[in-house]
Amino acid sequence: MTTKKTLFDKVWDSHVVSSIDNGPQILYIDKHLIHEVTSPQAFNELEDRGIPIFRPDQILATADHNTPTLNQDQPVRDVLSRQQLEQLSKNCKKNNITLYELGHQYNGIVHVMAPELGVTQPGITMVCGDSHTSTHGAFGAIAFGIGTSQVAQVFASQCLLLTKPKSLRVTVNGKLQRGVLPKDVILYIISKLGTNSGTGYFCEYAGNVFEEMSMEGRMTVCNMSIEMGARGGMIAPDETTFNYIKGRKFAPQGEDFEKKVAYWKTLPTDDGAQFHKEYVFDAEDIEPMVTYGTNPGMGIKISETIPVDENPSFKKSLAYMNFEAGESLINKPINFVFIGSCTNSRIEDFRVAANYIKGKKKAANVTAWLVPGSKQVEAQIIEEGLKAVFDEAGFELRQPGCSACLAMNDDKIPQGEYCVSTSNRNFEGRQGQGSRTILASPLVAAATAVEGKIIDITKHLN
Amino acid sequence: MEKFTTLRSTAIPLNIENVDTDQIIPARFLKATDKKGFGDNVFRDWRFHKDGSENKDFVLNDSKFTGSILVAGDNFGCGSSREHAAWAIVGYGFKVVVSSFFADIFKGNALNNGLLPVQVSEAFLKTLLHTIKAHPETEIEVNLQNQTISIVGSEASENFEIDAYKKTCMINGYDDIDYLINNKNLIEAFEAQKIY
Repeated sequence: MTTKKTLFDKVWDSHVVSSIDNGPQILYIDKHLIHEVTSPQAFNELEDRGIPIFRPDQILATADHNTPTLNQDQPVRDVLSRQQLEQLSKNCKKNNITLYELGHQYNGIVHVMAPELGVTQPGITMVCGDSHTSTHGAFGAIAFGIGTSQVAQVFASQCLLLTKPKSLRVTVNGKLQRGVLPKDVILYIISKLGTNSGTGYFCEYAGNVFEEMSMEGRMTVCNMSIEMGARGGMIAPDETTFNYIKGRKFAPQGEDFEKKVAYWKTLPTDDGAQFHKEYVFDAEDIEPMVTYGTNPGMGIKISETIPVDENPSFKKSLAYMNFEAGESLINKPINFVFIGSCTNSRIEDFRVAANYIKGKKKAANVTAWLVPGSKQVEAQIIEEGLKAVFDEAGFELRQPGCSACLAMNDDKIPQGEYCVSTSNRNFEGRQGQGSRTILASPLVAAATAVEGKIIDITKHLN
Repeated sequence: MEKFTTLRSTAIPLNIENVDTDQIIPARFLKATDKKGFGDNVFRDWRFHKDGSENKDFVLNDSKFTGSILVAGDNFGCGSSREHAAWAIVGYGFKVVVSSFFADIFKGNALNNGLLPVQVSEAFLKTLLHTIKAHPETEIEVNLQNQTISIVGSEASENFEIDAYKKTCMINGYDDIDYLINNKNLIEAFEAQKIY
């Protein structure tokens, strides 16, 4: 028997409270993030059963899914949205849970604000009633999305009953081409593996491509792990991770930080540890990516054409998108561009966009929404002078939130329109009833907004 | 949670792969703060056109097909973690969902709401979809104790897997909160000696 362990094994095994014979394990949860949409029924459940919240100081709340991205200083106009936000405030106050509500300097998308406050740390377990909780795995944490019944379980016991997932490793080595961003890397991986290859697994991303990525880039990659079915994605913590965390609001300080770093350094996967499944890709093969269908696995290199497939679900998907098998997306006119969401709304994403946009103008036919992931990102955009670049080019910088990623608020793409979007899901109607989403990187999105159509960004850059 | 032992019912065939939770319940219906009423909007944008008229081509609007078993294509329930998807399916009146593959979070959410996800082989799924389509009056029997799903009046039958603990919970109508709270002493002991 081998004692060699994966990063995932090390973190998981250190959090097992006990195991049921032939059944699940009780897994201890260090941090529980909550938001307005998936928590109210869990609060109700506990209240109805007379169960107190077990560890309120390990819960952090934000408002993000259902918030407007304009006029956040004014009362929310939509009645149901306002009530849901008020319910969150009431529940948090009653139960002594820290809430960064709309307008607070730390408010933002749950998967943007928690890392930037130093809440997300290597070696911990984190959950949230949101499938993109996988984002936090970028720090070497076990982080995954849960349903509302499980939110109630964590409220009641700070634990979950779970069967340990299997392990999967995706290795990408080599040098990325110009114009290929972390978003392209993950869209490429999902296009190769499909939307359910990771179901039942936790995925570790390894290889020099991820080692050389910034924390923002690693978060983009881990964020979309769920789009291949994996509950979570992880990247081994290293100096990049430690430097990112150091000095943040909830990060360990001074000697405590050094002690933690010493522990975090023990977490990476041991040489020779076994994974249940392994995939290896070559970085040189990756190009800027776009999706053409109605799930994130339906992606192609921007220079490729849409594949031909007789599967009825595939054909239904193309019919919804109004695309033909065999055609290219280059030169497709696009009227909507969205740069935002928990996948791509961090400062680096806006730097990439601004760098491309600088000195150019948005095409007249395009409505372009830029939605920062948090108040802190918004402040940084202004401070670094990026807002001036966006304003000058005719882009609209809005206030933070999930926005047009899921279109719960007013930020909806009209029926039949295409949107080149930096978000994570191109499901039917995801960005508004009848809307058609093309997933891409912030660079491809910015270029689309300037040109008013999809261009071959690789040729353009070279 | 409602108990589940056996169910015999006609079924509704939804022969579409990768049905995501945004289709099961679109995000604009997630503004409620209780669990009620989601059944009215299950598969909303497939059942109704944007002008509110019924989409006659969608299987839930086809009066030939009734019953409390939904038989769906591969990779059912992918996407968002919204438990509202399970509430919507239960709210509409389904007690069982059959597919050749379920997304993780949806499967867990279903089990936590007394909705039994039955995973069958691709071949059996094909047989089921074909049989129901040709003979909508066909009854399907699901027996949780024996972990079997059969087409009544035929030889067609298959065993399905379910975690032993979850099976006990479904049969008795227990949920995980009861179990966890009864183990609070273990949890507190764990907190006192955490190694990380």
